[in-house]
Amino acid sequence: MPSICLYFQVHQPMRIKKYRVFDIGYDHDYFNDQGSTNLNNRNVLDKVANKAYIPANDLLLSLLKKHKDFKISFSFSGIFLEQLKKYKPALLKSFKDLVKTGRVEILSETYYHSLSFFYSRSEFESQVELHKKMILDLFGKKPVVFRNTELAYNNDLAYWADQKGYKAILAEGWDTILGWRSPNFVYEPNIGKSKRGKKRIKLLMKNYKMSDDIAFRFSEKRWKEWPLTADKFTSWINQINGNGEVVNLFMDYETFGEHQWKEHGIFDFLEVLPGKILENKDNNFVTPSEAVDKYESRDTIDAPYIVTWADSERDLSAWMGNNIQKSALKNIYLLEKRVKEAGSKKLLEDWRRLQISDHFYYMCTKWFSDGDVHKYFNPYESPYDAFISYMNVLNDFKIRLSAKSGMRVQNKLEFKAKNQINGDHGFSASPR
Amino acid sequence: MKVFMVGWELPPLNSGGLGEACYGLAKALSKKGVMINFILPYDFNIKSDFMNILYAGGKVNSKKILGPYLSYSQWLKAAKLGSVNFVDYLSQVLDYAENIKELARRENADIIHMHDWLTYPAGISAQEILKCPLVAHVHATEFDRTGGRFLNEGVYDIEKTGFEKSDRILPVGGIVKRTITERYGIDQSKIKVIYNGVEDSSKPRIDPALLNFKKLGYKLVLFLGRITMQKGPDYFVKAAAIVARYYPKAVFVVTGSGDMLVQMIREATDLGIIDKFIFTGFLRGNEKDSIYQAADVYVMPSISEPFGITALEAVKNRTPVIVSKQSGVSEVLRSALKVDFWDTEELANKILGILKYKSLPKDLKRESVREIVNLTWDRSADEVIKVYQQLIY
Repeated sequence: MPSICLYFQVHQPMRIKKYRVFDIGYDHDYFNDQGSTNLNNRNVLDKVANKAYIPANDLLLSLLKKHKDFKISFSFSGIFLEQLKKYKPALLKSFKDLVKTGRVEILSETYYHSLSFFYSRSEFESQVELHKKMILDLFGKKPVVFRNTELAYNNDLAYWADQKGYKAILAEGWDTILGWRSPNFVYEPNIGKSKRGKKRIKLLMKNYKMSDDIAFRFSEKRWKEWPLTADKFTSWINQINGNGEVVNLFMDYETFGEHQWKEHGIFDFLEVLPGKILENKDNNFVTPSEAVDKYESRDTIDAPYIVTWADSERDLSAWMGNNIQKSALKNIYLLEKRVKEAGSKKLLEDWRRLQISDHFYYMCTKWFSDGDVHKYFNPYESPYDAFISYMNVLNDFKIRLSAKSGMRVQNKLEFKAKNQINGDHGFSASPR
Repeated sequence: MKVFMVGWELPPLNSGGLGEACYGLAKALSKKGVMINFILPYDFNIKSDFMNILYAGGKVNSKKILGPYLSYSQWLKAAKLGSVNFVDYLSQVLDYAENIKELARRENADIIHMHDWLTYPAGISAQEILKCPLVAHVHATEFDRTGGRFLNEGVYDIEKTGFEKSDRILPVGGIVKRTITERYGIDQSKIKVIYNGVEDSSKPRIDPALLNFKKLGYKLVLFLGRITMQKGPDYFVKAAAIVARYYPKAVFVVTGSGDMLVQMIREATDLGIIDKFIFTGFLRGNEKDSIYQAADVYVMPSISEPFGITALEAVKNRTPVIVSKQSGVSEVLRSALKVDFWDTEELANKILGILKYKSLPKDLKRESVREIVNLTWDRSADEVIKVYQQLIY
């Protein structure tokens, strides 16, 4: 004891290109920016792959080979894997190689990295199913642990995941829901008593202090613990021995090489960390499903409201905090019924791509007006520019949708009319 | 701390932003305990309860005074038309330098603070007597006034000398700072940008204008400023033509006067949208505020705008703004939409965004109002006092 549970989130959105009002009705390719800015999805993927994913995968593979007890887990957004399939097959293969070691667990999430759970349950479930199918196709795995976009979590989500048969769900170990309790134990969500004999879903809470020591503070020279070494980090882990069972280190995979740079030693740190941790025979690594198999729940955690892993607020205000975000979200989800009735694969796909949570994040103004732009990354000139492009795209999408549903209504009428004629004809042609 | 502030004009006898900026800054400085002798070239009979106003010259008809924004070619035109006296373009400026000497001998000061080229010869001649540090405030350069064409060499030389003799230069934005280093060859170590501010960020309580239009569902797009090349009125008309095609209920309000008014009308006529234009002429005070409040969006497409205080005035009146990236205000006001002045399509795209998507003006308003609470003359005065202190101690 304790067990270390590592989970890395891997996601790249499909950013909407600069889309002006004049493009409405003419240009239906929303995600194909070809320029040199960070709106060019292929460029960004290339950049991040070279800086982060490729070297990190190589390193993790060698670590898995070296340490037989080393384990990790990933959650990939479907939209990320889709881009890999198209542009980076070699990188996709290296992720597959990692999974093939048998010591890499893949988690379940929404295909489109969306916040659909809070807007449409049926759409949310479709996206989770799509994601499952993709994971099965690409990796031959069936995920048994769920994590929602931005780790957005509440009791309702836990209840849903329990009903769907998941073994575990992840959440931020935020003080307001943990209270005096430590994140370093397995818990269960507050979703009522279990039916006789049936095992309930368990809850793994992120140790945000130790996770963020790596993910956010690693290169921060003003941090009193800088520079962070594997020895130092391991000594903190060793101190937990006896008063914790599992340390959940959850972070973006881009931490390695993109958020924290190679030049600042993040790969050197990662390279020696597993060995250092395993030096102490009391320590070991687990995947999320192993963690909940190994440890009993110690208490019930109540989360009546949404908790996320974002910002100091740990809420969804960075996605739905202002008027432009709310109006964009409202307008996209308002179209669900029409999109599904239209029966067009392409329209359904575009509609879903427009739900990627990053679109709304780019419209966040809460730090922008304070001039604190360093806190977040935005490929648009301003949150307002992000919103204008999004809404223009949405208007083009609506025109396509109307054209399609208009056609369907017309087809239906024609079909009906034809049948009637046929019917009449048939009737009169065979008088008995 | 005693400041000998050399100005050219003050409200209500001002032709534009120069007088208002001097007034706003001087008031904020005096509130912070700076004693100000504000010098004007002639006796305009202006009263102030917070500073001492002194006149270098005697009484004169204010219509005969050189406007601070008149470029040499505009002045030539005006002189030919007989609306200004055909005296030498620079004579009033040089008279000022002569007349100020008497005041300089009588008064004492810790700092001399000048405002634009019209005051530099006067400031320099006062400094020869008072022998204290010299500060040049730059609200605009000859490059801004002329757009870089038909520069008056005499003016340029006065500016250059003023910059060279000054211990510190205070441009109102990064664009002017760049001009001073690149075009006048001044070392940037003695330049410090001091952004303009608003006096009070609360919304003026008045009834917005043009309510009948609004009741009929029209949306108002406002241009407000001198109608001169520097302000980009022609780009406004070009963008308006595009907006009108996509948003038939848009009306374009033009407030101000200037030598490009006729050209503006002609262009709107040629583009077939003159029926969508309203020209209000020059407005000030409550009338100006009420037109800001009526507008759904304020557009400032300036080709070159040292600061652009009108953008802050619009925010104060709770109107969302679009400013050109070639303006000083675009460097400090984050919650505004920004475009390159020449990109009329993008300007139209952004105007349409504000007119079509209701949540956008809502957030722009809320966020920009939050910002101007900190963009006050108080803040500018604090920065100026820091500069004074560096020079004195």
